[in-house]
Amino acid sequence: MSLLETSLERPTIYIDPKKCMGCRSCEIACAVEHSMSKTLFGAIFEKPTPKPRLKVVVADFFNVPLRCQHCEDAPCIKVCPTGAIKKSEEGFVILNANKCIGCLMCVMACPFGHPKYEPEYKVVLKCDSCIERVREGREPACVEACPTKALKFGTLEEILDEIRKERAEELISSLKVPGIVYMEPVIEEKKKEEKVSPVDVYTAYLEVKWY
Amino acid sequence: MAEYIKFKVPAKQVSETKGVADLIEKAEEEGVKTAWHRFLEQQPQCGFGLLGICCRNCNMGPCRIDPFGAGPTKGVCGADADTIVARNILRMIAAGAAAHSDHARDIVHVFKGAATGEFKGYKLTDIEKLKGLAQALGIYVEGKTESEIALEVAHILEWEFGKPDDEPLKLLMATAPKKRIKVWERLGVMPRAIDREICECMHRTHMGVDADPASLLLHGVRTSLADGWSGSMMATYLSDILFGTPKPIKTIANLGVLKEDYVNIIVHGHNPILSMKIAEVAQSEEMQKLAKKYGAKGVNVAGMCCTGNEVLMRLGIPPAGNFLMQELAIITGAVEAMVVDYQCLMPSLIDVAGCYHTKIITTEPKAHIPGAVHIEFKPERADEIAKEIVKIAIENFQNRPKDRVYIPKHKSEVVAGFSVEAILGALGGTLEPLINALKEGTIKGIVGVVGCNNPKVKHNHSHVTLTKELIKRDILVVGTGCWGIAAAMDGLLTPEAAKMAGDGLRAVCETLGIPPCLHMGSCVDCSRILIVLGALAEALGVDIPDLPVAGSAPEWMSEKAVSIGTYFVASGVFTHLGVVPPVLGSQKVTKLLTDDIEDLIGGKFYVEPDPVKAAETIYNAIIEKRKKLKWPV
Repeated sequence: MSLLETSLERPTIYIDPKKCMGCRSCEIACAVEHSMSKTLFGAIFEKPTPKPRLKVVVADFFNVPLRCQHCEDAPCIKVCPTGAIKKSEEGFVILNANKCIGCLMCVMACPFGHPKYEPEYKVVLKCDSCIERVREGREPACVEACPTKALKFGTLEEILDEIRKERAEELISSLKVPGIVYMEPVIEEKKKEEKVSPVDVYTAYLEVKWY
Repeated sequence: MAEYIKFKVPAKQVSETKGVADLIEKAEEEGVKTAWHRFLEQQPQCGFGLLGICCRNCNMGPCRIDPFGAGPTKGVCGADADTIVARNILRMIAAGAAAHSDHARDIVHVFKGAATGEFKGYKLTDIEKLKGLAQALGIYVEGKTESEIALEVAHILEWEFGKPDDEPLKLLMATAPKKRIKVWERLGVMPRAIDREICECMHRTHMGVDADPASLLLHGVRTSLADGWSGSMMATYLSDILFGTPKPIKTIANLGVLKEDYVNIIVHGHNPILSMKIAEVAQSEEMQKLAKKYGAKGVNVAGMCCTGNEVLMRLGIPPAGNFLMQELAIITGAVEAMVVDYQCLMPSLIDVAGCYHTKIITTEPKAHIPGAVHIEFKPERADEIAKEIVKIAIENFQNRPKDRVYIPKHKSEVVAGFSVEAILGALGGTLEPLINALKEGTIKGIVGVVGCNNPKVKHNHSHVTLTKELIKRDILVVGTGCWGIAAAMDGLLTPEAAKMAGDGLRAVCETLGIPPCLHMGSCVDCSRILIVLGALAEALGVDIPDLPVAGSAPEWMSEKAVSIGTYFVASGVFTHLGVVPPVLGSQKVTKLLTDDIEDLIGGKFYVEPDPVKAAETIYNAIIEKRKKLKWPV
């Protein structure tokens, strides 16, 4: 594998909290991927217990699957006294468990509260962006498991392209009136169903919630 | 070591009821988790489940539908969101109807044993009601002894569960208004046998059977009717015949009913058969003496949930709280034993009791909890078993951790026990005064508020706020279940609460000396509300959907509440839900339940978590109905 040249070609994950249903499938898939057996039914009997590297956090009415951002200038690498955290050639921030002494410096340095100390392992666990899978040309486990595509994987350029396209469509959606903008009139009016999302359910409790 | 309590609960904000906050704080100090703590740990709750678009009915799955449309739109078998949501809700109705009706089955069993004389501890108390029921069922009563009549009634009612023919349910035919029966016949939803309808629910929702949401929901209507007008109805009738029809009775409610120097026993669950015995035995001379021997001043029995309601209405046993307060009662450190039967028992009771001296005693063969003391209840040995249980409680008094006892002082007065007969009694024997008040507009309408507690909303806040908002608008509130205890703890069930009512309702309440909200019993007693509605409709010569009435379940959580809500709607009542049901994943099912169904059977669901807005809408719905009847608004 050659060293990637520009950071725009760096593989990354895009999180869309609007689409997250809070089902935590990503958490399960992550734990399974980082288990020894790599199967659900095997993983649940393993010791130490396989642990997820990411966590779905509730903020207001949104669920945010928080994972390692694999920062360009990662504070965790800077503070690690044993040099256990390194950057891979893809730009992923990887922790070498053999070198980790569990000092928790990275935990304190991370602006996203990502690395997690696991007493069962006696070391810190963090997201490796499923580097082995990515090198095989597959998506990370959490992305593959997400049923609503709230997590997207690709190079920065690909993801930005997709977002630009979505935003552009949103922008012109009000103009989509037959005979005004389009050269050819739209014959079939697109049936637009009102979608309900968990956010709607959560917001319904806005005035009576205590939590 | 990870913290056992991961999230602190904002104790002052979670409940409307006094004393709850103190005990949640006490729990946190002592390292005990409550339902609120576990609710926070469960966040985020899965969106697929919240929207009802997750199907686990076969092993090709589990399947789920992406509500945003980017992922799968159909399960492996091809079922879409509409089918999956409808199937899931039908299974909820089946479970709810099963719970109510199985409760009724146990009562029929004891009723029959009491009639034959096999169960010495029980006798037929309300003979007048027995005769009335027999006549309604078409039994000739002249010249027959009580036990002969009872046996014939028992025979008919036993057959309600599993009769093989296609004839409609006998108890439904005997109690439901004729106009309603015609509507149900036209729709083809007359229930044939209780068990059969529940069984058919399970069949229809099996992989590859019914996929049409409308047909699935109509069967839900049929199943819920079997519950409301037969299963629950039977439980209410027979409990009344066995233990006496409730009459207005005065007592106190809230955690303050636990007494510091007494042996405290809490009866919790739904079935009155054992709890009535425990209440009787505990008050006996023998047990009070035994308690004194162990250093207590006596034995104090308190109720919890619907068993609490049953003993409250008939014996005036004070209720200590409703569903979400079951753990808190133990956290006071002053409860020697909690005797449970079935339904709404949190398995966490064992964890909580493990931190104190409380013994959890399960009594039903169908409801075991790991870690509990199990003393199986047999109706033929009822008195013996009740004595054994009370003794265990008394002997446990010496183990009480006296330095950790804290009982909140809050308690309020209650007048409960307004059965249909009691309401008629208060009105002077006929419905006429009530009908006149409705016609003149001194009372604008009647709303039945029922249902549970749910940590998704502020505990008892919706119950109490909705009730206050309604009585302010001259709407008489009747209700059952955990609503009854919530209202009791807020002082709404006293004649003095009439001050909070609008002028019209206030005047009526003050003349009759009744509270503006009437406690009609446990959740199985929602059938009493059906009887009132039926009687009003027949007296006015209209159908139930024409009446200025509505229903509400502001804090529901159980599957039984789904069944109750559905039979309210099926009986033609505008029904409010304060907690969003898991149906929003399907536009079609949501529209069917909240809109289309009204044209078919006259009732519909309305969802609004905010109790103030809900009260406004319910009021408007009632005013609409009054306008149609040309009554003054």
